[in-house]
Order: sequence, then structure tokens, then C-alpha cells
Amino acid sequence: MDTASVFRVRGLRKVYRMGEVEVHALRGVDLDLYGGELVVVLGPSGSGKSTLLNILGGLDTASDGEVRYRDLDLTHADEATLTDYRRRHVGFVFQFYNLIPSLTARENVAAVTEISDSPMAPERALALVQLQERMDHFPAQLSGGEQQRVAIARAIAKNPAVLLCDEPTGALDSTTGIVVLQTLERANRELGTTTVLITHNAAIAAMADRVLHIADGRVGEVQHNERRRPASELSW
Amino acid sequence: MRALNRKLWRDLWHLRGMVAAVALVLVGGVATYIMSLSTYDSLLFTRQSYYREQRFAEVFASLKRAPQTLRARIADIPGVNRIQTRVVASARLDIPGYHEPVSARLISLPGSGQALLNVPYLRRGRLLRAGRDDEVLVNEAFAEAHGLAPGDRIAAVVNGRRRQLRIVGVVLSPEYIYQIAPGAVFPDFEHYGILWTGRKALAAAYDMEDAFNDVALSLYADASPQDVVERLDRLLARYGGRGAYLRKDQLSHRFLSQELRGLRTMAVVFPTIFLGVAVFLLNVILNRLINTQRQQIGILKAFGYRDLEVGRHYAALVLCIVLLGTALGILAGIWLGKLLSAVYTDFYRFPFLHYRLEPRVVAGAVLFTLATGIVGTLYAVRRVVRLPPAEAMRPEAPPVYRPSLIERLGLQRLLSQPTRMIARHLERHPLKTLLSLAGLAAAYGIVMVANFQEDAIHYMIDVQYSMAQRQDMTVMLTEPVSHRALYSLASLRGVRQVEGMRSVPARLRHGHYSHRGSIQGLQPGGDLRRVLDGDLQRVPLPTEGVVLTDYLADMLHLRPGDSLTVEVLEGERPVLEVPVAGLTSEYLGVSAYMRRQALNRLMKEGDRVNGVLLAVDRERHPQVYRQLEEMPAVAATVVRASAVKSFYRTMQETILFFSSVASALGAIIAFGVVYNSARIALSERSRELASLRVLGFTHGEIAYILLGELALLVLMAAPPGFLFGRFLCAYLADAFRSDLYRVPLVLEAHTYAFAASVVLVSVLLSGFMMWQRLRRLDLVAVLKTRE
Repeated sequence: MDTASVFRVRGLRKVYRMGEVEVHALRGVDLDLYGGELVVVLGPSGSGKSTLLNILGGLDTASDGEVRYRDLDLTHADEATLTDYRRRHVGFVFQFYNLIPSLTARENVAAVTEISDSPMAPERALALVQLQERMDHFPAQLSGGEQQRVAIARAIAKNPAVLLCDEPTGALDSTTGIVVLQTLERANRELGTTTVLITHNAAIAAMADRVLHIADGRVGEVQHNERRRPASELSW
Repeated sequence: MRALNRKLWRDLWHLRGMVAAVALVLVGGVATYIMSLSTYDSLLFTRQSYYREQRFAEVFASLKRAPQTLRARIADIPGVNRIQTRVVASARLDIPGYHEPVSARLISLPGSGQALLNVPYLRRGRLLRAGRDDEVLVNEAFAEAHGLAPGDRIAAVVNGRRRQLRIVGVVLSPEYIYQIAPGAVFPDFEHYGILWTGRKALAAAYDMEDAFNDVALSLYADASPQDVVERLDRLLARYGGRGAYLRKDQLSHRFLSQELRGLRTMAVVFPTIFLGVAVFLLNVILNRLINTQRQQIGILKAFGYRDLEVGRHYAALVLCIVLLGTALGILAGIWLGKLLSAVYTDFYRFPFLHYRLEPRVVAGAVLFTLATGIVGTLYAVRRVVRLPPAEAMRPEAPPVYRPSLIERLGLQRLLSQPTRMIARHLERHPLKTLLSLAGLAAAYGIVMVANFQEDAIHYMIDVQYSMAQRQDMTVMLTEPVSHRALYSLASLRGVRQVEGMRSVPARLRHGHYSHRGSIQGLQPGGDLRRVLDGDLQRVPLPTEGVVLTDYLADMLHLRPGDSLTVEVLEGERPVLEVPVAGLTSEYLGVSAYMRRQALNRLMKEGDRVNGVLLAVDRERHPQVYRQLEEMPAVAATVVRASAVKSFYRTMQETILFFSSVASALGAIIAFGVVYNSARIALSERSRELASLRVLGFTHGEIAYILLGELALLVLMAAPPGFLFGRFLCAYLADAFRSDLYRVPLVLEAHTYAFAASVVLVSVLLSGFMMWQRLRRLDLVAVLKTRE
């Protein structure tokens, strides 16, 4: 594992409005993430974990505090810088896959590789998630697990420095979920991509290098696993 | 961006229903625009070529009689190029098998056969041969009205003598595109014809050997037309000149110009309204369409697509829709334009048609639709890309609903739960509701404006012929005679009433404003010819002074109390100052009215008449007509019934044809508006509606929420829509005002009803389509995904 800090977060706060309600999603988060590690962020729904991920991924901005990706200050970055940051360094996997319905699996991946600096071929990315047989299917023709694997292929195809996964198994049954987790595990191992996986499913924590427990907008306990359990051994 | 391009095509295909509806709205707008402007350009260009090729003269004058030697002195006028002196006479014709009297104008052609100016255009047969005195050419409209062809014979009463004439050719003339008999307002091809014949014979019949009574000139480019007119006037004065005038005052040219001006008004007003509404709708629709793409925009941004790239993608989507609509609109416009130009060419009897589609017209349509489409899209996209992607990908926060106005007023018990949803939804999005209302109101208005002219024209005719000009026949005499002549006409069997009038051709002038027309001397208290004000009340004719049509008073910048200068164009040609005593409101033509006796006093004549108005028993019409024809003093007789008929024919073939095409295109736009409103409301709310279905609402109940809202919007849009339509009609009526006629703003109930029906049918059709779509709502998908 690379010991250099990839993300450095200090005193991160986020307040946003939902209609007429003010939501304090993050109330002062400190954390460091290191190169190549697989981190699981564990917390109940509403704990602020998605907000944390969005801010790490440059999808949202902090209300207060400091977030750095290597030398880049994400807290004060403008929209163009954030876009460029997402384009070059970050791969996303969402709970509901968020594939573009009008594009095939291969084209969904290509939509991202076409705007990346040194991507892998969409076919190779799809082979990594073992979907080479279904490249020309539209999202509506794929099962949930397959769609999520397309989403993972799409995320890793650009060779990102970090892979941010928001409840990637949230919408899947456990068997399919495990296949998806194996895919993520393999990408992390073979490509050395720093992977952050957020979930409310405690069973997944065992496959991580580190587990951050987050509740009520703050990071609580940090747990180091001596040994990562292979995803195939997980169950829930 | 190959993947994005593919997304573009697939999205277009996926949204094809909506794409088609948006494109349809544009097709309606663009087609109207192209059709109108290309028709106008074509007619203008065709007329120009026609005038040039047939050498249509630029200055005209008629006189009593001048020797041919005067020709040399006319040629000396600086700026004069070609000179055509002619003998022009009126005659009455006997057409075999046709029992109504027919009058004609006979025009001489030089012995050589080839005219220098105003050259007839040969359609069938041949031109005249030198030395054949009985040969004539007839104008095509007249020939067709009577089924005449080269080889046919007709009899003419020329200067009291009957002559046999042989038709050798059927022709068109730039001088008589509009051929209007003296005393008539509109052309009547059955009862009035134009004939060309050899000069020698005609001159002999009218004692015009080595003389002429009509002259036409063409000018060099550097000539001063006004100067030529004045010099010619002075030259002809002692030969009984009736005032020289320029092409712009030539009757046929003037009427045609007014028609074309009317057409141009329509060609500007209709497309402006239609295209304006179409583009407005386009933007409303795009705005909502892009809002439904909010999540996908969020995803693209999350991948690192730049705002500009996202904007470009959606701009390209819109570009495709706009280009599709515009291209189809241009094609439809060309097709309709050619059709319409052909109809007008036929109507005006142009010998040929040069269809013109100016590149600037096409460029105008393309630029306008593209520019507004793209600006609208970028505006809509900008609103979405400004959101942080995390937020864009989240479903929109539950909007802040609150009890609607009706509920706040405590009437909630009157509303069912679904009705409350409708009311709250409309109140929650006031801007969206307002835009929808504006779009629907425009739909009502656009259908009304295309339709109102028919009502107005009926009303115009009704007022003109049943209240102002109540005579059955108008008899024009060859020259003024004593009013005692009226007694002999009154004694004809079947004639119920007789009124004599004295009409004096004159140039009416006030300062530097002038109008070539006449002063009508009417019988005071006459019952047949009435002068009416705006409230249709009779305006009494003053003992002294003149009453003017209000439009003429505006043209001359005169008000009651001012003094009108009258340059009489006959006899001694006195110049008179007459006080303006009052104004009259008329829809047809412009006139100056006086008491007959007062006019005759000014002319220093006894009580003379040169026109007679008759009320005749219906069943005696043919006999009276025939008897009038036998009288040598009668120059022409106009029958009201055929005048009305020919007026309707004119209107039917020009304005009303245009209106019906515009009306169809308006209906298409109206449907596009309604369908899009419904379709987008469905895509915005399908999730909500599916959730309700999951909760146990029936298909009918959720359809009520969706279609009830549409129905409510359509109802709410009716009053402002009618107002908007009325405003457009008023604008159009105003733009149409000319000295030929003024269309009154008359909107009958059925015009409103028609607009409402078009919208209603659109609602029913769209409603049915939405009903079918709601049946296919995917309930399971709603439960699985979050948006």
C-alpha cells in the first residue's frame, strides 16, 4: 500500500436545504485516505456518508472545512476545476447505476473513455467486469447486477486514481451483490485504484483495509482489518 | 463524442412523439411564412416582368378630341420616350345566346398591328391584320365568361350604329388586369369586356380620323414624372383633357397594388404571429423537456463532461428538431406558395408565373428558428448545469406545496383529493402555469385571426348594399342631361323609385395631399343612396359644402370646417374651394358627397344628372335592363346583384383562400400546443401518477388528475385567448385599411366557437393519446428506482 495521503479532510461541514428544512449532513469530519487502499465507510442512512462521497468526488462543495486531493484544494475549487478533477481522477459507481438508457453497455463506457486522457479500451473494461458477452446490450436488457458491473466498468475504464462507490450493492440481492463486490475487489487489486465504498451493510466491512464508522455527520470509530476477507466469503 | 452522438440519435428516436409535435408547430409557422412571402415576391416579380414585356405605359391621359399633329408637341416634353395615341370608345355588345346587356370598351390598335405601349399579350388566335376592319381581339376573362373563341362573331352598337365584329384573338393586357366598368366597384367579366380593334374603323365610327382621345407615354429613366404630367395636362387642356395621371393612379394598377398590399399585410402579419407563437411554444416545450433530462445531465457532469459540452449536446438535440421542423416547413411552404401563386396568377390573369423564393426569405426562417431555438435551449440547459451534479442526480426536493387559494378560502370540502392536487400543482408552479396559459391562449387567437375576415366581409357587404347603396341598378349616362330625363326612366314598367345623381371627376386636394376621384352630387333626402356615419345613422347633406368618407379625410388631412380644393377634370375644369361639412363612415371605396343642386351650382350648370339609381321589381329586372340598353344616352348599367356576386368572387379567391390556408396551419399549431402541454405534463408526472396507481387509484382517477389539469388550463386560457384573438383581428383590420375598402372589426359568435372547437378537438385527441399512454404506465419500475 502506498503510504502517501490521497485525500486529506479536516473539519468538513455541509449544510443544505431540502425545501424549507435545513439539513446538517456533515458536522466536522476529519480523515485521510491513502493510495491503493480499499476503505469501507459504514453508517446508517442519513448519517452523511453519501454527502461525504459527493464532496470527495467533486460533485458537491463543502460548506466549511478543508478537503484536499493530493495538491488540489477541492474546498475552494471552481466549477471548471472540479469538472476537470472528476474527468481525470475520479470514477463513480452509484446505487442506482445511473447508466444512460439510450446507450449500450459499450457506449456507456465509451461516453467516459472518450473524454479521458489515458483510458483503457471499453472492451477491456467490460472484460474486467466479465461482461464481454453483453457489450451491445442496452441497460434495459441487463439485470441489476449486470447494470452495476457496466457502471463499474465505466468507472474504472478511465484508469481513475480513486473509485467512489455509493451503496453499489444497495439495490441488489446478496448473490448478485457479491459478484459486484468481487469486481470492485479485483479492480482495486489489479489496478491499484484507491477505492471508497460506502454502505449501511456491516457485512461488507470485512473486505476493507480500513472501516470508517460514520454516524450523525461525524466519523466515529476507525477499524483496521489485519486481513481483507475476499468478497466471495462474505454473506448477508 | 461518438457515444454522445449516438445518445442524441437514440434520444430523438425515443422522444419521437414529442419531436414530431414540436416540429409540427414549427412546420405551421415556417410554412405560413414561406408561403406568404414567396407568393408576394412571386406576384410582384411576375407583375414587373409582365409590365416590362408588354411595355405598360407610365403616364396616361384621356381627352375629348385632339388632332394627331399634337403628337409632335407631346414628344417635345422632356423625358417622354414612347407615345401611344389611341381612340377609346364605349360600346354595347350583343352576344349570341346571352340576353343581358353587355357593355365594352373599344381600344384602337395601330394599323400596323403592333402597339408601341400597352401591348396585348396573345393567348389564342392571332393579332389583327391590317385593313381588316371587322376584326377584334377580346380580353380573356370576358371571352371565358361567354365561351367566346377566335372565329366567333359578335355584334356591337358603336356610336348608335350596329356593326358585326369577328373575334380573331384572345388576349391579356397589363392595362386591364383589373377591368372595372365605369360606376362599378369590382370587376364583372360577364357584363363588361375590353375589345381591341383596328384604328381606322374605330376612328371612322367616332369621327376621330387623324385625331385621338387617349394617350399613353413611357418615360426615360431620368424624367421627372410629375413634370411630364403637368406639361401634358397644359397641352391637353384645350382639347378637353380630363387630367393626365401616373401609373400609380391608373385604375387597374392601383387596384392590383392595393390587392398586393393587402396580400403583403397578410404575408407579414400572419407569419409574424404564427412564427412568433411557434417559437414561443418551442421554448416552453424545450425548457420542460430539458428539465426532464435533469438526471442525465447530472450523470454527464459527474463523469467530468464540461458545461459547454453538455450544452452543446442538448443544443444539437434541439438543432435537429428545429432543423427538421424548419426543413419540412420550408418544403410545405414552397408547395403551398406555388399553389397560392398559381391561384393568384389565375385570378389576376397574369400570362405567366415566375415563382420566386428569395434566399433571404429562407435564410430568415432558418436563422430565426435556429437562433431562438438555441438561445432557448442554452437558457434551459444553463439552469440545469448550474446545479451541482450531486443535486442534479437527486430527484428534485419535494416542492413546497401549500393549500391552494380555494382551500384557503375555506372551500376545500368542495374539492376532492385529486382536484386539490390539480389546484395545488397549478398554484405551485405559477410561471409554468402562466406559460402554459399563454401558449394555449395563443392557440385560440391564432385560429380566430385566420377566420374573422369572413364575418367582417359579410357585414361589410350587408351594410354597403342593404343600407347605403340600396338601388338595384346604377345607370351611367354618356353625358350630363337635364334632371327631367328621370321622368322617362321612372315611367318604365317595374321601376319603383328613381334618384338622379351628378358625378364630377375631380382631383381633390388639400395642401400637398391629393386624391384622384370624383364628387358625387346626390338627391337630398334620397332613399336609395344614403350617406351613413359610424353608427349607421344617416348623415344629412348640407345645403353647401361636401361630406367626405372619413378615410379620405384622413388621407387628405382634412377635418370638418377645413376647405377642400376641387380641381374639376371635365368641361371648363374650374378649380373650386368647398368647405368640408361633415364625415361619413363607409367600408367600400372613398367618396366626396354633395347635394346635387349645390354641385351643379358650383359647376354653373342647371340641375343636371349623369347617373341614375333605380329600384326595380325583381321580376322585371331583365326587361328594364333591356330597355335601358336600347337608350343611346346610357353608357353602362351596373346591377347590384352581380356586383355583390363579383365582390364575393374577388374576396373568395384572394383573401378568403389565404385565410382558409392560414386557418388550417393555425389549427395545426393549436393542436401542437395542446398535445405538447399534455405530453410534457405526463412525462413530468408519470412517476407520481404511477405511485398513485400502486396505491390503488384507478386508471380513470389518475387520468383525471392529468387531463383535468389540461382541461382546467384550456378553460382558463379561453378568455385571454379570445381577447388576444380580438386584438390580432383588430390589428389585421387596421393593417388592411385602404381606399378600396376597410374591413370592420366584426367578430361573430361562430368565430369564437370555431376557435374553441379547434382547441376542444385538440384536447380530445391529445386526451385520448394520454389515456392510452397512462394505461401503459410501468408500476413496478416506480418501486424499484428512485427516479
